Amino acid sequence: MDAPLIEFKDVTKRFGTKTVLEHVNLQIYEGQVTTIIGLSGGGKSVLLKHIIGLLKPDEGTILFQGKPIVDIKKSEMTASLAKMSYMFQDNALFDSMTVHENIALPLRETTNLKKTEIDRMVAARMEQTELADAAKKFPSELSGGMQKRVALARALVTDPQIVLFDEPTSGQDPVRKNAILSMIAQYQRKFGFTAVLVSHEIPDVYFISNRILALYDRRIVFQGTPEELENFTHPFKDEVIRSLEGLRKELTGLHSKRQFNVMHHAQLKQSTRGETYSIVVFTLDTLDAIVAGLGYEAAQETIYAMGVYINKHFGAIGGFSTRRSINEFVTILPYSNLTESEDILKDFIKDFQDQGIHDIWAGAHQRVDSGECIDLIIRAGLAQGQPIAELESVIDSAKSQQKEIGRLRCAVEE
Amino acid sequence: MALTTNTQNGSENEAKGQLGMALSRPFSLIGRATISWIDHLGASGVFLILALLKILRPKQLSKIFQQLYYIGARSMMIIMLVSLFTGMVLGLQSYYALVKFGAQGALGTLVALTLVRELGPVLTAIMIAARAGSAISAEIGIQRISEQIDALETMRIDPLRYLISPRIAAAIISFPLLTALFDLIGIVGGYISGVLLLGANAGTYFYRVQASMEMKDVTDGFIKAIVFAFIVSTVCCYQGYFAHMRTDSHGAKAVGLATTSAVVLSCVLILVSDYVVTSFLM
Repeated sequence: MDAPLIEFKDVTKRFGTKTVLEHVNLQIYEGQVTTIIGLSGGGKSVLLKHIIGLLKPDEGTILFQGKPIVDIKKSEMTASLAKMSYMFQDNALFDSMTVHENIALPLRETTNLKKTEIDRMVAARMEQTELADAAKKFPSELSGGMQKRVALARALVTDPQIVLFDEPTSGQDPVRKNAILSMIAQYQRKFGFTAVLVSHEIPDVYFISNRILALYDRRIVFQGTPEELENFTHPFKDEVIRSLEGLRKELTGLHSKRQFNVMHHAQLKQSTRGETYSIVVFTLDTLDAIVAGLGYEAAQETIYAMGVYINKHFGAIGGFSTRRSINEFVTILPYSNLTESEDILKDFIKDFQDQGIHDIWAGAHQRVDSGECIDLIIRAGLAQGQPIAELESVIDSAKSQQKEIGRLRCAVEE
Repeated sequence: MALTTNTQNGSENEAKGQLGMALSRPFSLIGRATISWIDHLGASGVFLILALLKILRPKQLSKIFQQLYYIGARSMMIIMLVSLFTGMVLGLQSYYALVKFGAQGALGTLVALTLVRELGPVLTAIMIAARAGSAISAEIGIQRISEQIDALETMRIDPLRYLISPRIAAAIISFPLLTALFDLIGIVGGYISGVLLLGANAGTYFYRVQASMEMKDVTDGFIKAIVFAFIVSTVCCYQGYFAHMRTDSHGAKAVGLATTSAVVLSCVLILVSDYVVTSFLM
C-alpha cells in the first residue's frame, strides 16, 4: 500500500479534564473514501477538525504527506490547506448571505478569478446540486436538506483534493440521505479527491467507502475495508449491530445479524429431537459494477429489492433471513433437511427467474435512466446444519456450494 | 491527658487554617480578577494590532464601505436625534444659569465648547456602542457559536481580515464624522432652545460660537473620537469573537452576555479614557 496522505501517531486530545481522543493512530490514503464511524459524542468530529487544523493535539503527531504538521512551513501549510475543504455537520452557512453568495465566498475571497468566471463556476455547482432555483434565497428560507446541499456545493466549489465531510447526511430523510451519499461517491469518482467522512449511516456508507475507521472508547479500534469489518470481533461491533437494527426495515426488511443469531440459537434450543436445518447463502456478484455503472442509489435499490424478495419467499414458509455483508444474504430454513431444502430452493429459483430477478432489476432502474449495460448475477448455495455445528461453518459450507441461479443483462424491458 | 491536649491543638490549627483561608479569600479573588483582566487586556491589544495590520490587505475596500454603511450611515438618525436634544437641553440649562449673571451672550460659547470638547465625542461614542457595537458583538458571537468563523478558517479566509479589520477601519472613519455631525446638530439644538424659544440674540449666539472655538478644540474632539473608535470597535469585536470561550455561559446565552459586556465595557472605557485623554490634551 502507498504511503498514507494523512497519518495520526498517538494523538491525544483533552478538553479540560475530559479526554476525547487517546493515543489515536490512523492512516488516510490518497484517492480513497475513508469513513470514520463511531458513537455519537465519541470524538469523530474532533478527529476531523484535527485534520484540517481547527484543533491541535495535546500529545502525539499528525503527519501530512509524511511530514509532521508542526514542522511544515506556514506557506506550505497554507498551500496544503488550500487543497482541503470541510463540510460542517451543522452546515455553518452564512445566514446573512444568499445561497449564491455562500457558495461563491471561497472563490471570491481566496482567488483572483473574475466575477463572471466565479458566477459560472457557482452556477455549475448549483446545477449539479439541484440548487439553481434557490440562488437568491437565504439559508433560513431553505429546508435542512437544501442547506446541506448548499454546504456540499460550497465544499466542492474550489475543486479540492481532500474533502472532509462531518456527518453529511445527518437530519436527512432516507431518499435525500441516499442522494447525498450518491453525490459524494459520484464526485469522488469524477474528481478523484480524497474523501474523509464522519458518519452514522451504517451500512450505507460501506457502499461508498474504501476504508472504514472505527472510533470507540477514544481510540481507533479498527482500520480496514468494509469487508474486513464484517469479520472484526470487538465490543464496538455490538454497537454497530445495534445501529443496524434501527435501519433494518428501512434497508431490506430483513433481520439484523444479532436478531438472526438470537433466533438461530432459540430455534436450536427448541429442537429437542436433534432436527437438522438448512442454510442458503445468496450473493449478488455484480454489485461493484452496479455501483460503478448505475450509481449508489441503484445499488441500494437492488439490494433492497433482493432482500425483500428473499424475505417474502422464505418468510412465508417459516424461514428467517439476514444480510450478512454488503452483497450477501443468509436464510435459515428450520426443520428442513437437505432434500426438502433443495426442493424449496428449486421453487425459489423458478419464481426468481420468472419474476424476482425482474423485480430486482426494475428496482435498480427506477433510480436511473442510464443506458449502461450491466450483468446482474445472483448465486446461491445450500448446506445442511446440525444443532451442534457452528453457524459460521455451515454458512461457509453453503458458500462453497454456491452456483449461479440467475443472470440478467440490462435490456430487461424486452 | 496527652490525647486531649493533642486533639485541642489539632482543632486550634484547623480553626487557624480556616481563618487564614477566609482572610486570604478576598485577596485571591482580587488577584484572580486582576490576572484575568490583564490577560484580556493583552489579548485584546494583540487582537487590535493584528486586525489593524490586515486593514490594507486586498479585497478589503468593499467590506469597509459595507461596514461604513452599517456603523456610520445607519447611526446618523439616532446621532442627529440625540445631538439635537442634547444641544437643546444644554441651551436651556445654560441660558437660565447665564441669565443669573447677565451673561446670556456667552450661550454660544458654552454650548459649542461643551459639545465639541466633551459631549460630542463621548455621547457619539456611547450611542454608537449601544447601536452598532451591540450589533457587531452579537453578529460575530453568533458567527462564532454557529461555526461560521471555523468555516472561514477551513476556507483559508482569515477571520480577522474578513470580519474584524473592516469593522475597526469603518469605526475609525465614522466616529469622527459622526462626532462632527453631533457637534453641528447640537449647536443647532442650542440655537433652537436658547435663541428661538428663550429669546437670546441670534447674531451673538453664532458670533460666540465662531469666536470662541479654536482649531485645537475641534482636533482634540476628533482625537477623542478616534480613541473611542478603537475602544468601542475592539471591545465589541473581541467580546463577540471570543464568546465561545466565556466561562460563565455557553451558546446563545454566551452571545447575550458578550453583547451586554461589550456595551457596558465600552461605555465605562469611553468615560475613563475621556478623562485620561482630556488630561493629556489640556
